[in-house]
Order: sequence, then structure tokens, then C-alpha cells
Amino acid sequence: MVYESVVRAKNVEKVFKMGNMEVQALRGISLEIQKGEYISIMGPSGSGKSTLFNMIGGLDKPTQGRIFIDEVDVAQLDAYELAWLRCRKIGYIFQTFNLIPVMTAAENVMLPMVFAGLTHDEALEKSSELLAIVGLEGRMGHKPSELSGGQQQRVAIARALANDPSIILADEPTGNLDLRTGKDIIELLKSLNKKKQVTIISATHDLKMLDVSDRIFWIRDGQVEKVEERSDIKLEVGTMEGEE
Amino acid sequence: MEDKKIGKQISLPLKDAIKISFNGIRMRAGRSSITTAGILLGIAFLVSMLVSSALTTSLSLEPDPDMKVKQLWLVTISLLVSVLGIANAMLMSVTERYKEIGTMKCLGALNKFIIELFILEALFQGLLGSLLGCIVGTISMTAVFVFTKGMKVFLNYPILPVLLYNIGAVLIGVVLAIIGAIYPAIKAAKMEPVEAMRAEV
Repeated sequence: MVYESVVRAKNVEKVFKMGNMEVQALRGISLEIQKGEYISIMGPSGSGKSTLFNMIGGLDKPTQGRIFIDEVDVAQLDAYELAWLRCRKIGYIFQTFNLIPVMTAAENVMLPMVFAGLTHDEALEKSSELLAIVGLEGRMGHKPSELSGGQQQRVAIARALANDPSIILADEPTGNLDLRTGKDIIELLKSLNKKKQVTIISATHDLKMLDVSDRIFWIRDGQVEKVEERSDIKLEVGTMEGEE
Repeated sequence: MEDKKIGKQISLPLKDAIKISFNGIRMRAGRSSITTAGILLGIAFLVSMLVSSALTTSLSLEPDPDMKVKQLWLVTISLLVSVLGIANAMLMSVTERYKEIGTMKCLGALNKFIIELFILEALFQGLLGSLLGCIVGTISMTAVFVFTKGMKVFLNYPILPVLLYNIGAVLIGVVLAIIGAIYPAIKAAKMEPVEAMRAEV
């Protein structure tokens, strides 16, 4: 693996102002994620997990400290540059799939490429390639409402890959799927991670996810509580699976 | 590594924008038709008043000056109500589409794309509503004159003034629809992309 960091956080703090109250969501987080890693971010709700996740995705800026995505300081970017970053460097996958309901599967996958300035033909060709990779070659003309949850998430994965991003950010990608479909989606993400060397960062509660992760960041009270390597996890998952 | 440089160029060709907003109208036919109907009624009223005044002139009838002022008031108010109706329907459609707008922003959409989509949508609805309103207004007022004054209305039908009034009414309808959409469009564009992450619908 090439040792190259795609995400670097240095003493990141985030304070939310709620009326007169100040809530400190992140209290000095530092981490580094390498190219091609599969990362899970775990933590109870209210731990700052989502805040950290949004910041890594360029959706939010830190109050203190710095976040680098592909060696670019996110806090320094203007609105146009942020849009550019979201369009080409980051692919988003959501818990609720978030396909645009008025567009077909192919059009959904094409949208980020249209934003990136590809011609219609180029975008169409690439979208059919991507939909084939996620196993939906026959569904290009289907609207999201005509697809199952798992299929919609596959379209969303194809869409996230549209502009060959460095990072795929997956927010509870299996949260709205049943066990079997969730497993398929995790396997798909893992195989894309291996084949395309795309970094996958996911916020999750799903224990199935841990099994494929290279590292897991446990967040508690706005800090990284511990970082586990895959080798440490294997055993735990074996014991956890009994509880499911 | 030069590919690490951050660029700025993000594009949405007009053709694609038109397609997206047009599809949006089609998929949300219910809400769109309410907005369109609002414009239709306002413009139909305006046109019927204009046609009535054109016919009165062409038949050399004595116009009632008192009536004219009242009509002007009524038309102005009905058009204002139309604008508010459009703004209201558009605001609801923004709320309905929070997640969709957030997702588009996550995919790299700029604020101006979102504004463009909403304005285009309003433009189409304004155009359709005004065209239908012109037809309804012209036909109904002409029919009223035929019933009250008889077929002589057609002997000297003021085609040119009626046509000009209709063109003017379409322009007014489109402009009003766009005015009604400006605030909702700006509200939509200012939305944070993080909204897309929210699980609740």
C-alpha cells in the first residue's frame, strides 16, 4: 500500500452555539487516514461522531485546529472550492440513500459528472460502467421508487464513485437495510475499496462493518477514545456475533 | 503533485438544468398544478378585464369610469394574491425537498444551481399558467359579451389589442411567478449540505 494520507486532522475542536449555551462537540481530535484504508468511526450518539464525520467530509469547518483532505486545508476553502472538493474528491453515501427521486438510476449517477463538466455521452458511458460494477446493468432507466432499498444503495454507491473520488464517506450505509442486504452492501464496499484503492470512511453502529474495517476509531465525549487495528477486532466480532 | 490542487470549476449546463426542473414539475404534478392554477386564475382575471375594455371600445360603448378604478384594484389584488400563492407553494416545495437539495450540494452543486432550478421551475409554471389564463380569460369575457350584446361583437373584434394584451399578460404572469420564487429559491440555496445526512424525512 502506498503510504499517503488522504485525511489528516490536527487538534480539531468544534463548538456549537445553542442560544447562550456553548456545546463542545469535539475536544481536540487528531487522526490520520491513509489512502486505501477502510475506516469505521464508532461511538454512541452525542459523542461527536457525526460532527467529526461531517468535518472529514468537508461539510463543516472546525472551530479550532485543522483538517486536511488530500493535503488541502478545508478551512481555507471558499464556497466554490468546497463545492469542487465535494464534487470530485469525496463520494457520499447516506443512510437513507438520497437518490434524486425525479431522476433515473443512470441520471442519478450522471449528476456529479455533469457538475464536473463531462459531456452527456461521457457521463452516460461512465454511469453504465459504474452501474455494471455495482450489479445493476439492467436498471439504468429505473426511477428510485422502482428499486428496492439495496438496489437504491447500490445506485448511490455508483453515484459516489462517479468522479473517482479519493474518499467515500458512508453515513450508516446499512442502517436502513435488512441483515442480508446490508451484508451485500458491505461486501460491495469492501471489494471496491480493494479494487479501486478508494478510501472508505464510514460512521456506523453495524457490527458487520467492523469485520471488514482496517481500523476503527472509537469516539467518546468528543475525543478519540481508542483506535483498533483489524487484527485486534477479529476475535471480538466472533464473540459479538453470538449476541445478534 | 499537481492533481492535488483545488479547482473551482463546477458546471450545470442550461440544457440539464431545464431537464431537471421540468422533470421536477412532472413528478410533483399535484403541487405544480396548484401553483399553475393560481397563476392561471390571476392572469385569466387580468385578461378578462383587458378584453372587456377592448371590446367596450370596439363596440363604442360608454365605459364606466368608476368601474375602471374598481377593476384596477381588483386585478392588482388578485395578482398579488397569485404571487403570494406561488411563494407559498414554492416554500412548501423547498421544505419537502430539503434532503434532495442537501444531496445535490453534497454532490457539488453550487448555490446558484439551486436558485437556477427553482427559478426555471417557476418560469415554466408561470408560462403555462399564463398561457392557459389568457385562453380562459379571453374566451370567457368574449362569451360574456356575446351573451349580452349579441353576435355583433365579432363584426369588429379588436384582434390586435386583444393579442397585445395577451402577450403583456403572459409576460406579467412569468415575471410574477419568478418574483414569487425568489425568496424560496434563496432559502433553498442557503441550506447546508449537512441536511442531507439527517435520517428523518
